Amino acid sequence: MTIDRKGFLRLTGLGAAAWAAGKFAAGFPGRRAETPNGEAGRAPRRWALVVDSRKCRQSRDCDLCIRACTRAHNIPEIGDPRHEIRWIRKATFQEAFVSDPRDSANERFRDLPLVVLCNHCDRPPCVRVCPVQATWKRDDGIVMMDEHRCIGCRYCMAACPYGSRSFNFVDPRPFIRELSSGYPTRTRGVVEKCSFCVERLDGGGLPACVEACESKALVFGDLDDPGSAVRAAVSGNFTLRRKAELGTGPEVYYIV
Amino acid sequence: MFMFEKALAGGRRYWIWVAALLALAGTGLASYQQQLRYGLAVTGLSRDVTWGLYIAQFTFLVGIAASAVMVVLPYYLHDFKAFGKITILGEFLAIAAVTMCMLFIVVDMGQPARVLNVLLHPTPGSPMFWDLLALAGYLVLNAVITLVTLRSEQARERPPAWIRPVILLSIPWAVSIHVVTAFLYSGLPGRPFWMTAVLAPRFLASAFASGPALLILLCLLMRRVADFDAGREPVRKLSVIVAYAIVVHALLVLVERFTVFYSGIPEHREPYTVLYTGIPGHRALAVWMWASAALGLAALVLLLVPRLRNREGFLAAACGLVFLSLWVDKGMGMIVGGFMPSPLGTVTPYAPTRPEIAIALGIWAAGTLMVTVFFKITLAVRAAAVGESF
Amino acid sequence: MPPDRIGIIAGLVLFAGLITVPFWYGLVSGVPREAPPLVLPAPGKPCVAPVDYMKRSHMKLLDEWRTLSVRGGTRRYFSADGREFAISLSGTCLQQCHTDKAGFCDRCHETNGVAAPRCFDCHVDPGLIRNSAAQGARTGGSHDD
Repeated sequence: MTIDRKGFLRLTGLGAAAWAAGKFAAGFPGRRAETPNGEAGRAPRRWALVVDSRKCRQSRDCDLCIRACTRAHNIPEIGDPRHEIRWIRKATFQEAFVSDPRDSANERFRDLPLVVLCNHCDRPPCVRVCPVQATWKRDDGIVMMDEHRCIGCRYCMAACPYGSRSFNFVDPRPFIRELSSGYPTRTRGVVEKCSFCVERLDGGGLPACVEACESKALVFGDLDDPGSAVRAAVSGNFTLRRKAELGTGPEVYYIV
Repeated sequence: MFMFEKALAGGRRYWIWVAALLALAGTGLASYQQQLRYGLAVTGLSRDVTWGLYIAQFTFLVGIAASAVMVVLPYYLHDFKAFGKITILGEFLAIAAVTMCMLFIVVDMGQPARVLNVLLHPTPGSPMFWDLLALAGYLVLNAVITLVTLRSEQARERPPAWIRPVILLSIPWAVSIHVVTAFLYSGLPGRPFWMTAVLAPRFLASAFASGPALLILLCLLMRRVADFDAGREPVRKLSVIVAYAIVVHALLVLVERFTVFYSGIPEHREPYTVLYTGIPGHRALAVWMWASAALGLAALVLLLVPRLRNREGFLAAACGLVFLSLWVDKGMGMIVGGFMPSPLGTVTPYAPTRPEIAIALGIWAAGTLMVTVFFKITLAVRAAAVGESF
Repeated sequence: MPPDRIGIIAGLVLFAGLITVPFWYGLVSGVPREAPPLVLPAPGKPCVAPVDYMKRSHMKLLDEWRTLSVRGGTRRYFSADGREFAISLSGTCLQQCHTDKAGFCDRCHETNGVAAPRCFDCHVDPGLIRNSAAQGARTGGSHDD
């Protein structure tokens, strides 16, 4: 068979294009992340957290929840506020509820102790924008993070309306006060955030912050379970959610 | 096959220029090594301001890349012969600009080695995924177009018929790359500064002002240093395009301001306050933004008055002003404004660090080198081929 | 011979020599050709998978573990012969058997120039903590890595 150069290039080009198209099409995901063996046992849930500011002892310098989270997850203490990693942090009412500016007449709100963290939204903008599905929503409601896949583009951080995510600007290892082998550290160049302690939940436990809170200001549970404490807290109290008007459906409720 | 040997025949000035660009690119590379080793902490970015100089350059350069359509469309779709000599220059500029865009994305990433994940795990819901496809496709399109048309010029033949639909495809594609880039920003509910429908048209308007302005400057420059005269008519028509584009851009900016300030919603208004009034202690940004506005206004005046626009000196000044003004406004202003204030209402100031600037300059140098080489090859081909291109 | 030809052939020979360096360098430089001595775990507990498989494909298993646990939410793995393991590089592999990472994992990785797999950038070697006097031994609870 004789073939001239043009013809050869055309054939090779078409062949390469077809191969690439095949690979590409094969990679197209379903709406969710992969769900291999073992997931059958987990029923869909709606994990949610209630922050009861009436019980929070933050004003008396309590930070048990934050310390528990830091220890449980090898969170570095960077020092430089520009680079710090925070999964859960203290916030004023004004910081947490930016769209409701209060003036000095609202004395009660000024000292209101709150903690802010990832809201594990129902319709998370961060999940939508991630170009590699390094973050996704599980069917139990948790917005998961896969630091193996993260390319560090920080689009999720731009998309999050709550400032819940942190980026590793430096290698975190030197800044971890009590290194534990119970949880991996992360590496520079990836984004991380609160995971509602999935590793504890999957083993039937509670998030570290919830367990650590001595005044029981943090209530955690399955909102779809009519008998859960979190359901009682949400139905029995007036609660606020951060930036609810954006339609993200946050699952962290604040009793003020 | 790629006629690169034509880029190797140059005088002293040419080689000094190339050496300077390579040196700049080299320092950029050295700084990038530093960034790879220590992490993005070498930049001025922070937990609150997570995109800065690199993404600002990327956004601005996507516009430059898209602007090729402003010479391609009149020539290929409306048979506007005057642009015949410069369409290929616009397309080469687009190739260099898209390459710079991709380089800026790579240096901004925390884990650049994993960039292929975007293709391995396609995510149709993410504008960033489509942006990569759009940019890559545009690069391939322009590479094919320039290669085929330049080779036809060299052989003094008409280009093959199949290239025409490819060129026509590049027209809507050019528009799409910039719309997709705008969509990166304008769909984020948590960033009210960006979440405006007018962002995509604004991007297009600023692209069609800054790109042709750059092209005009390059044509004027080449007349002086490279003995290439594009002719008065193409430059004049391009200047009219820049004029209209900058007017439309100014209009879009003003209508946006109206919505923001008349409604008075704090979350929409605050970024503008930070950008144009500054916050005690962080006034630098305001200086830049007002300077950009002043430059833009001066450019507008120069471009709207035909007597001024048609004088080469004033035109060159106007194009420079347009370019600089939009570089600030669409680059740093637009990007950084989205992060101030943060979702918790605090303002964290941002200023690029020296390594960050070195890397950015290095990429600009690389892109300029590409433009230099491409234009040199084109002019050499034209000098060798007697007579006009098709 | 015309001068050009000498240069070209010399260049080709030099190029061929350089490009095949990975193949002959080991032979000439006295780099040992056997596997380095490894600190094996105490006998008794078989590995998660057969030794031959692990020698060739432990990364494949670890990748599968990663997908199962991170993306699938499964924390338990059932080996081919029906034993159950917690999916955790630090907690299962390093904690229970290969307690000397430097003596086992690192030996082959370094000899073969496997650019120290990035795994250990994040997954903590329990040995680091065990050996460090300054840190309290905090290895409690469920291992999730």
